[in-house]
Amino acid sequence: MSEFTYLFRGRLTSGSPDEMQRHFETWAAWFKELDARGHLKERGHPLAKAGRVVTGKQKIVHDGPFAEAKDVIGGYIVVEAADLAQAVELSKGCPILDVGGSVEVRPIEM
Amino acid sequence: MELDDHLFRREAGRIVSVLTRIFGAHNLALAEDVVQDAFCRAVETWPVRGIPENPAAWLMATAKNRALDVLRRERTARTFAPELGRLVDSESTLRPMMDELFSTDAIKDDELRMMFSCCHPRLPEEAQVALMLHILCGFGVNEIAHAFVSSDAAIKKRITRSKKVFEKSTTLFDVSDNHEFLTRLPAVHRALYLLFNEGYHGASAERAIRTELCHEAMRLSALLLDHPHGATPATYALSALMCLDAARVPARLDAAGQLHSIWEQERSQWDRQLIDEGLRFLGLSATGADLTEYHIEAAIAAVHARATRTEDTDWRSIVTFYDRLQAMRPSPIVALNRAIAVAQDQGPDRGIEEIHAITDSDRLVRYPFYAAALGEFELRRGRRDAAAQHFRSALSLARNPSEGQFFNQRLLACAPDIRG
Repeated sequence: MSEFTYLFRGRLTSGSPDEMQRHFETWAAWFKELDARGHLKERGHPLAKAGRVVTGKQKIVHDGPFAEAKDVIGGYIVVEAADLAQAVELSKGCPILDVGGSVEVRPIEM
Repeated sequence: MELDDHLFRREAGRIVSVLTRIFGAHNLALAEDVVQDAFCRAVETWPVRGIPENPAAWLMATAKNRALDVLRRERTARTFAPELGRLVDSESTLRPMMDELFSTDAIKDDELRMMFSCCHPRLPEEAQVALMLHILCGFGVNEIAHAFVSSDAAIKKRITRSKKVFEKSTTLFDVSDNHEFLTRLPAVHRALYLLFNEGYHGASAERAIRTELCHEAMRLSALLLDHPHGATPATYALSALMCLDAARVPARLDAAGQLHSIWEQERSQWDRQLIDEGLRFLGLSATGADLTEYHIEAAIAAVHARATRTEDTDWRSIVTFYDRLQAMRPSPIVALNRAIAVAQDQGPDRGIEEIHAITDSDRLVRYPFYAAALGEFELRRGRRDAAAQHFRSALSLARNPSEGQFFNQRLLACAPDIRG
């Protein structure tokens, strides 16, 4: 088994309260299923929308990231899978894909 | 742990009410953004950390923190609710102010304040109802359009326009002013009555949606009853009417969306608890000199509720109540319902006479139950051809699949003659 990080980009920003609740429920169900099948290695952390970005030798501090909503990383988890192909397959159940977001699947170097 | 089905929707109304109180009516959009943000955070953190022990409190606390950020960041750029004055300006007063505004009692008043504010006299009644559903009950525009079987665009236009009127009012309604409260109260009653009717008689064929609308009207009426100025005889009468009608919903509309008329409903399916509650409210409404149309309608519903079999119904009392209703608020629909009660009491010939005597019956030509009533009486007189013709026109006027199915079935009941 190898470990992979899923980086979630984008978020659902509009929708009625009922739609938001159903969206949450699909996330919860997806997590539960990954966990039940023994793939959820670390539940990771959700990340706040914006913080600071520090750049260069001069250590310039900017507010940010000021990317488009669909490009901002909203959180990550660590998944255990046989290989990259399986990790990609498992990521296809992620609810972020229903709302125009993406999952970046990256093998963790051991 | 499982969430209540509509937790977000319910909390949206409460949170936006509190926030609008703080930000001011003109900043309604800002309040809505903060609510949305709280939901986004829930969606992102709950799957990872688990659902908090008290999800409603979590959402409220998240919105409160976010509101604090907004107040700090924008206190120089924006004006907030005028009555908060300079309390927003310094940290030493801001915190205690927020704690007070987010106390349980304050929140309850805020929902009431929002309810009265939605019933702004400059808004037409149907706009007040749509606004209440949107702001106070947390329904999205598309969901309201779906429930009203209207186009998204039409409902969106109605809500956008209403919000503009709302945002222009400099302050929210003051629920502590007894005089103002009682002056606006009839408009609030009317809006709640219409909201309930949209669920009870409304256009949507889905029982779940219709039940939700009835449920929301009853929830908001309960808020009124909870307020010392709100628990008037008229509010009790309205609540009685809602409970007694809602009690019949399980028998009136089956799970497949099929309508059943009151004389063929399975009365054992009526909700006894709601009937008892309704009769209790009706008793409480019988004080003071004020007799409203809600009193009369509740009294009619109570006559039905008390009859364990259709044939035990005291139709003569119902006719008398319709007479009083007709005197109070003349309408061809009331006259039609009265004619139906007369037919139950004195036979179909008298019913047809009464229908023909309705003076402004031209206003009923598009109302499918007008033709259906005539069809019913003709069928009882054994004139199957005439009956079938009436049911066919009712069918052509049906406003939703439930009604269509219902008239179709009545048409089938005329069948022997059609088949020759």
